[in-house]
Amino acid sequence: MKSTRRSFIQKTALFSGAFCLGFDWFQANGKEVSMVQTTMDSGRFNAFLAIDPSGKIILYSPNPEIGQGIKTAFPVVVAEELDVDWKDVEVRQANLDTQNFERQLTGGSGALKHSWERLRKAGATARKMFIQAAAQTWNVDASTCKTSKGFVLGPKGQKASYGSLVAIASKLPVPTEVTYKNRKDYQIIGKRTKGVDNKSVVTGKPVFGLDIEKPGMVIAQIIRPPFGATLKSFDAADALKMPGIVDVVSFKNKVAIVGKSTWEVMKARATVSCKYDSGDFDSDSTHQKWFDEGMKTDKATVQRKDGDFAAALARSAKVVEATYECPFISHSPMEPMNFFADVRADGTVILAGPTQVPQSAQKAVASLLKIDEKKVEVELSKMGGGFGRRLNNDFALDAAELSSIIKKPVKVMWTREDDMGGGIYRPAARYHFKAGLDASGNMIAFYLRGVGINAGNATRQDNFPVGAIENVLVESVNQVSAVTTGPWRAPITNFLGYAEQAFLDEVAEAGGKDPVQMRLDWLARVKSNPVGKITYEPDRFIEVIKQAAEKSNWKNKPGIHQGFSVYFSHLSYVAQVADAQMVDGKAKITHVTAVTDCGEVVNLSGAENQIKGAIIDGIGHALFAKLRFNDGVASPTNFNGYRLIKGNEIPTINAYFVDNGIEPTGLGEPALPPTGGSIANALYAATKKRLYKQPFEV
Amino acid sequence: MSIQLTVNKKKMSLDIDPNTPLLWALRDSMSLKGTKYGCGIAQCGACTVWVNGEATRSCVLPISAVANADITTIEGLSDHGDHPVQVAWDELDVPQCGYCQAGQIMTAASLLKKKPNPSKTEIVDGMSGNICRCGTYHRIQEAVKLASEIASKKKTKSTVKKSA
Ligand code: FES
Ligand code: FES
Repeated sequence: MKSTRRSFIQKTALFSGAFCLGFDWFQANGKEVSMVQTTMDSGRFNAFLAIDPSGKIILYSPNPEIGQGIKTAFPVVVAEELDVDWKDVEVRQANLDTQNFERQLTGGSGALKHSWERLRKAGATARKMFIQAAAQTWNVDASTCKTSKGFVLGPKGQKASYGSLVAIASKLPVPTEVTYKNRKDYQIIGKRTKGVDNKSVVTGKPVFGLDIEKPGMVIAQIIRPPFGATLKSFDAADALKMPGIVDVVSFKNKVAIVGKSTWEVMKARATVSCKYDSGDFDSDSTHQKWFDEGMKTDKATVQRKDGDFAAALARSAKVVEATYECPFISHSPMEPMNFFADVRADGTVILAGPTQVPQSAQKAVASLLKIDEKKVEVELSKMGGGFGRRLNNDFALDAAELSSIIKKPVKVMWTREDDMGGGIYRPAARYHFKAGLDASGNMIAFYLRGVGINAGNATRQDNFPVGAIENVLVESVNQVSAVTTGPWRAPITNFLGYAEQAFLDEVAEAGGKDPVQMRLDWLARVKSNPVGKITYEPDRFIEVIKQAAEKSNWKNKPGIHQGFSVYFSHLSYVAQVADAQMVDGKAKITHVTAVTDCGEVVNLSGAENQIKGAIIDGIGHALFAKLRFNDGVASPTNFNGYRLIKGNEIPTINAYFVDNGIEPTGLGEPALPPTGGSIANALYAATKKRLYKQPFEV
Repeated sequence: MSIQLTVNKKKMSLDIDPNTPLLWALRDSMSLKGTKYGCGIAQCGACTVWVNGEATRSCVLPISAVANADITTIEGLSDHGDHPVQVAWDELDVPQCGYCQAGQIMTAASLLKKKPNPSKTEIVDGMSGNICRCGTYHRIQEAVKLASEIASKKKTKSTVKKSA
């Protein structure tokens, strides 16, 4: 595939007379921008920055928009280097196009990190070409020209819009060397840019997956079996007689009710009965048993070993131990899972809907139907949240399989109950920590065992304070269950972060140390003499810690009980101080201060949204969320039993960003892992009660 | 038996099961997709519309119960997307994923009809029945305040015009 690409930017005059620069966001060597020929051949604009003679800039954003603001952030970077007025930019969502894009996915908070250089280059290259076009026209040296808001300005007051230069610029050779703006000259990056989809959202435009309507489309809902169970039989005789019902079919232990409208399908579904085999399916007690066994087994996988933990523990003056546990939880995006599929008689497939990973949807469906991937087209819709749930394409596979059976275009819609009861959860886990302190309260030995259920490695063995402690042992145990799991916003660390940060608070207390100073001392040690491999930059850690302590007035607020935490994930650093107050005899989190180092902040408005949203998410799930299991069935399955945090339960939040101009890193997830810790530590400061289980019993 | 109602100032006649929740009648029969499904049991507020001017959860309201009623959905809140609440929502960049926002906006606009100058507590309480999984609550609350200011400015302007 790569060989068909040019390794540098090329320009082309479009049929409409527009100037187009293709920029391959994903060129393997990382820094190159390339022209994409195939798009031109098919007359499509994908992967192009296009400027038409009126000066309008059209930009296709390849990554799925899930509420993280990527559809705004990407174009901001291009527009900045291109030096245009933001109001002249029009952003469109690109569909899946594996010829022209790579990493067309949303997950791991990695999009900006991946594309920063590519986006800048795309903008800066076009800008340089407009300058050259103007210089040629005015017969002046290009170095005497400047740009401003979509215009080239000449030395003698000449002025030409990019639009007016399109014809000439498109005939120039593409420069290979470009220079970027000095960050002090940024007009858009770092400022507040409103979401490009705001207007369609506030006017109710049909932009989400569930809003998709296609000619001839039918609607379906699917009854799924308890986890681990096999469907023996089903009775749909009544359903089939009901108005609007097209078919009831079964595949892979599931029963699909297909009809003309949502309500007709819902009504008919209620009359369908299913019989399953009986067996020893997962219950809460099963999970507890697995945790106990996992803690005892001598077959744990060693994830990291520095020094000699056991010997160091034996000579410790004091030992601190604690066990933390989290349940399975649902992602619960506001828009339940849904997907459209049309498996056509001619062997082509149209998929449409909300997925964080369109390319794997394409691949999975192609392999399910045993057809060539090229026959599968994927249209991306906006997503009503995902939080990791839409990284699993089970919904797309269901839709495609059903469409292939009923031979009709179909939109499969999950009810809230289906969504919450239907699997792919944040794995449940139990963590056991041990710390050995010397006579002066310094931690000399650190141990963690993580037992997860379908969690893979439930630990993150290189997490700070590893690197600062002489003797470390980190082990994991994975228990296998029929309950399906997957990444949930900040996978593993969404709870592990809490457990670690809460445990370190106990360590500080046992050692008679201030939690902030203790961490700063460790980081000083890492800087001068790290133990083993380190994955974080101590200076960046130190900076967020210091700023958070300063901005929160750490331990200097009478009547306020504070808790501290700091975390490194997705290449970003977030330090938090939570304030708790006693209100009517109950501890309440009233304020959170968060200092984030995510490098350059591209869109301040979007960045604040991500930080505050992740903190609220972290608080809500720490306080309320829990799924229970009985005989393979999850409960509760709707918001009456499964509580999400509401607008009258949130603290005020101050979000600060370290201004360092480093290449941008992740933002969608990093503020979540430290949240459980900061609030648990604040609640402890207020009540002297440690919280070991999620959801907290406050 | 067909059911008559007015939706966004348009007279409609629907020939569907009278038990069909208004939400699905809007989305499936009238192709008005702005009103969202979130829970189906009156817990989240994503499906909020106005029935005779009152903010109501359309997911549990049978269409038969709104015969001859006057319904306003997000699509009908303003002609040009310029209701003060919509303007404030954009101005303060409230939406993240955006899915809950139609319900939030219909709730907020209804709140402001009753209380043009709500206090902070009235805003928080008035909006607390609507869930936002993305956690846009701070900005929702700020935007309601801003919308009330925009609306009161508009009003002053038109009063001035009239008296001039
Ligand atoms: S969908 Fe009606 S309140 Fe949730
Ligand atoms: S903006 Fe995503 S649910 Fe509210």
